[in-house]
Amino acid sequence: MSRNRSNSSSNFSQTLKKLFLSAFVVFAFIAYAIHERLTNSSAGSTASAAPTSGASVDASGSSAGAPASNTASNAPSSNSSAQQAPASSSGSSTASGFKNGTYTGPTIDVNYGLVQVQATVQNGKIADVQFLQYPSDRRTSQQINAFAMPYLQQEAIQAQSANVNIISGATLTSEGFAMSLQSALASAH
Amino acid sequence: MGMPVTLEVVDAAADDDSLLAEVFDYFQYVDDKFSTYKDTSEISRLNRGELKFANASQDMKLIFELAEQTRRESNGYFDIHHKDLIDPSGIVKGWAIYNAAEILRKKGFENFYVDAGGDIQACGKNAQGEKWRVGIRNPFNMDEIVKVLSVSDCGVATSGTYVRGQHIYNPLNPGQEITDIMSLTVIGPDVYEADRFATAAFAMGRSGIDFIEVLPGFEGYMIDRDKQATYTTGFARFVLNE
Repeated sequence: MSRNRSNSSSNFSQTLKKLFLSAFVVFAFIAYAIHERLTNSSAGSTASAAPTSGASVDASGSSAGAPASNTASNAPSSNSSAQQAPASSSGSSTASGFKNGTYTGPTIDVNYGLVQVQATVQNGKIADVQFLQYPSDRRTSQQINAFAMPYLQQEAIQAQSANVNIISGATLTSEGFAMSLQSALASAH
Repeated sequence: MGMPVTLEVVDAAADDDSLLAEVFDYFQYVDDKFSTYKDTSEISRLNRGELKFANASQDMKLIFELAEQTRRESNGYFDIHHKDLIDPSGIVKGWAIYNAAEILRKKGFENFYVDAGGDIQACGKNAQGEKWRVGIRNPFNMDEIVKVLSVSDCGVATSGTYVRGQHIYNPLNPGQEITDIMSLTVIGPDVYEADRFATAAFAMGRSGIDFIEVLPGFEGYMIDRDKQATYTTGFARFVLNE
C-alpha cells in the first residue's frame, strides 16, 4: 500500500482503504455466518423445504452463535439463553460405578423443543434410556425425530387370556355379511 | 352403519331401562341420518342431490367440518369423498360413541363403557373396581385376543380390513389396496380422536404407525400380514401384565 504516494490522491486512497477494509470485514463475517449455518444445520435445510403453513422455521440450535442472523427472529420460541447440549441430560450419573435405579434427567431446551430422558441402571450398567419428553408438536420436530428417535418396537402376535371386558376390532357388520353374501350369490348365477 | 352396540354401566343407580333406551335411541338417530345404506338417510339424499348442503342439518354440517379438519391433520389421508360420493362413516362412528358416552356422563355416571363395532369409550372402572380390560382381536382368528389393555377414561379404536373386507382405501392412491397391514389399534384421549386417527393412519399403510408415534397423546398397535406387531413408544404402559 505504501507504493501509493501520489499527493493529490492521498485523501482519496485513505477513503478507499477504509472502504476496502470495512467491506472485507463485512464479507468475512457474512461468509462465516453462512458457513456456520450450513455446517451446523443439515436438519435445518430439510426444515426449510417442508411446506408447513407459517411460522415453523427451525431454530436449529446454532442460531445463538450468529446474533445477526435474521431468521432467528422467525423461530417460534427460541430461548437462546438455554444453550446446553442435549446429551448432557443423561449425564447426572456418569461416574464410573453406576448405582442401580432409575434416574430422571432435567428438562433441556434444545431450541426446537424440550427433551427429557430417564435412564434405568441395572447391575451397574445402563439398561434402558427412555424419552419422557421430546419435541413432537411441530412438523419440523416430527421430521427430525422420525430419523433420530429409537422408538417403534416389534413382537410376534400371540394369543392371550380372553379375560376381558370389551374387544376392540375392525367393524363387524351385518351389512358386510349381507353384501358379501349378495355378491357371492350374484356370481353363482 | 348397522353394527352391534354394547354398553355397560357399573354405577349402582343405572338399573333404569329408560337410560339405556336414551343411548340406543341416539345411535338410531345417528344411523337414520348418516347411514349410506339407507335410502332415506340425510347423507343418501345429499349424495343423490335431493338435498343441498346449505339446507343440511347442523349435525351434518358439523360432521363435514370435523372430516375436513381430520383431512388436514392427516395430510390428506382421511377423506370422506370417494368416487363422487360422500361416506362420512369414518368419522361418524367415533363421534356418535363419544356423544353417547357424554349422555351417560351428564347423568352423573362415572364407570361405564360404550362400544360400537369394536370402537370403545371406556370411563372409570369395571365391576371389579379395576381399569377396563380391552382385548385386541386377532385379525387372523376372530375368536382370539392377542393383547389385553388396561384402560380408563380414554378411547380405543381399531381399523382393519379383516371383517368387512377392504373398506378403507388410500385417498391419495385410490386404486391401490392396503394389503400389507391387517389392523391398527389406536388408544387416544377419547374414542372420537382414536377412531378418526385410526382410520387415517390405516390408510397410510405401514407408515401409519409412524404417524401415530409422533401424534402427542396417542399410542398404537399395528399388526401386519406376517403376524408381526409394531407398537409405539408409550403403548406398553397400557398393556395388562398378569
